[in-house]
Amino acid sequence: MAVTERSASQPNKTALVWGALALLMLAPLLIASQSPYLAYRNLAYILAGFAGIIALLLLFVQPLLAAGHLPGLRPRTSRLWHRATGSLILIAVAVHIGGLYLTSPPDTLDTLLLVAPTPFSVYGAIACYGLVITALLVTLRQRLPLRYLHWSILHNTLALLIVISTVMHALLIEGTMGPLSKWLTCGAVLLVTSWVLWDIRVRRPR
Amino acid sequence: MFTPSYSRRRFIVGAGLTGTALATGLVSPAQAAGLKPTQTMRGGSNNYRPNAPMVDRLGTGFFVHGTVLRAGSGAPIANTRIQIWAATTLGGEREPRNHGSVLTRADGTYSLEMEQIVPNFGQPHAHLAYDDGAYKTLFLRPVMPSARDTSLQVDFVLAPA
Repeated sequence: MAVTERSASQPNKTALVWGALALLMLAPLLIASQSPYLAYRNLAYILAGFAGIIALLLLFVQPLLAAGHLPGLRPRTSRLWHRATGSLILIAVAVHIGGLYLTSPPDTLDTLLLVAPTPFSVYGAIACYGLVITALLVTLRQRLPLRYLHWSILHNTLALLIVISTVMHALLIEGTMGPLSKWLTCGAVLLVTSWVLWDIRVRRPR
Repeated sequence: MFTPSYSRRRFIVGAGLTGTALATGLVSPAQAAGLKPTQTMRGGSNNYRPNAPMVDRLGTGFFVHGTVLRAGSGAPIANTRIQIWAATTLGGEREPRNHGSVLTRADGTYSLEMEQIVPNFGQPHAHLAYDDGAYKTLFLRPVMPSARDTSLQVDFVLAPA
C-alpha cells in the first residue's frame, strides 16, 4: 500500500488534514453548546443530544479510517482505529438512547417500536438497528459462513444504510445543532461515505 | 398498538377550516350536522399525568386555545376539563409545572397561558387530553408549525362515550 508512504512524506499535508478534521469535529459541538434549548433540558437529555451529535461526527471519520485515507496512519493502525471508532459509535448511540429514555420513556419506546408519530424517529431506529446488526456481523465474522468479499459488501451496505438514515434522522430534528453546521456535517458525512464506497468497491476493488 | 391514519397536516387543515368557517359565520355550530369526532393522535398520551391540577395559568407568553364541540351536532361543550402539558422553558414534559387543566367556557372555548413551548424530542409540540368519561377519551399531540410561534390552536370534536 502506497497510501501511507505518500502521506508520510508530506508532514504539512498531514497536519493540515488532521487539523481540518479536528475543526470539523469540534465546530458543530461548540455551536450546539451555545443552543438556548440546553437551558430547558435536564442532564440526561443534554448528554443524549451531544452523544447523538458525536455519533454523527464519528460517521465522518469511520469510512476514512476504513479506507486508510487519513494521512500518517499505517493501514493496520487505521484498521484498528476503524474498529475502535465502531465501538465508540455504539457507545455514543447507547448513551443517546439511554439519555432519551430517562427523559421520556414513552417517546423512546415508541421510537424503538417504530410507532412514534415523528418521521425522524423511524430513521433513527433504522440506523440503530443497522448498527446493532453491524456490530453482530463484526463480532461473529470468524464464525459466520461468509466469504470475506461477501461479508465486506454486507458491511458496506449496512454502513450506507446507517449513514443515510442517520443523516435523515438528524436533518428532520429540531434540536441543539446549529442548522448550518448540521447541514454541512450531514453533507460531509454523506459525501465521504459515498466517495469511500466508490473508491474501495468500484475504483480499486480487491 | 392503535395507529390512526390521521396526519398533522390533516389536523391543521381541518382545524383551520373549521375555525375559519365558524369565525366567518359560514357555518354556525348548530348547522354543522355530521361533524366528525377528532381522532386520538399517535403519541398523544405520552407523559400524561391524569388529573392535572386546575390552573389559571402555567406561565406567561404562550397561549394554547381552542374550541370543544360535540360530534354530530357541533354544539359547544361547556364546563368541560381539558388537560394540557408540554415541554417549555421550565423543563420537559414530565416537569409538574408544565401540567395544568382548564375548563371550557359556555361557548365551548378554552385557553391556557403557559411558558414558551420549546422543541422536545425533535418537534415543538403540545399534549392535550379530554379524559373525563362523558365523551370518548381523546389524546392530542399537535405540532407547532414553527418553534417561534407563541400560540397554538387545538380544537376538539368529542364523540359521546
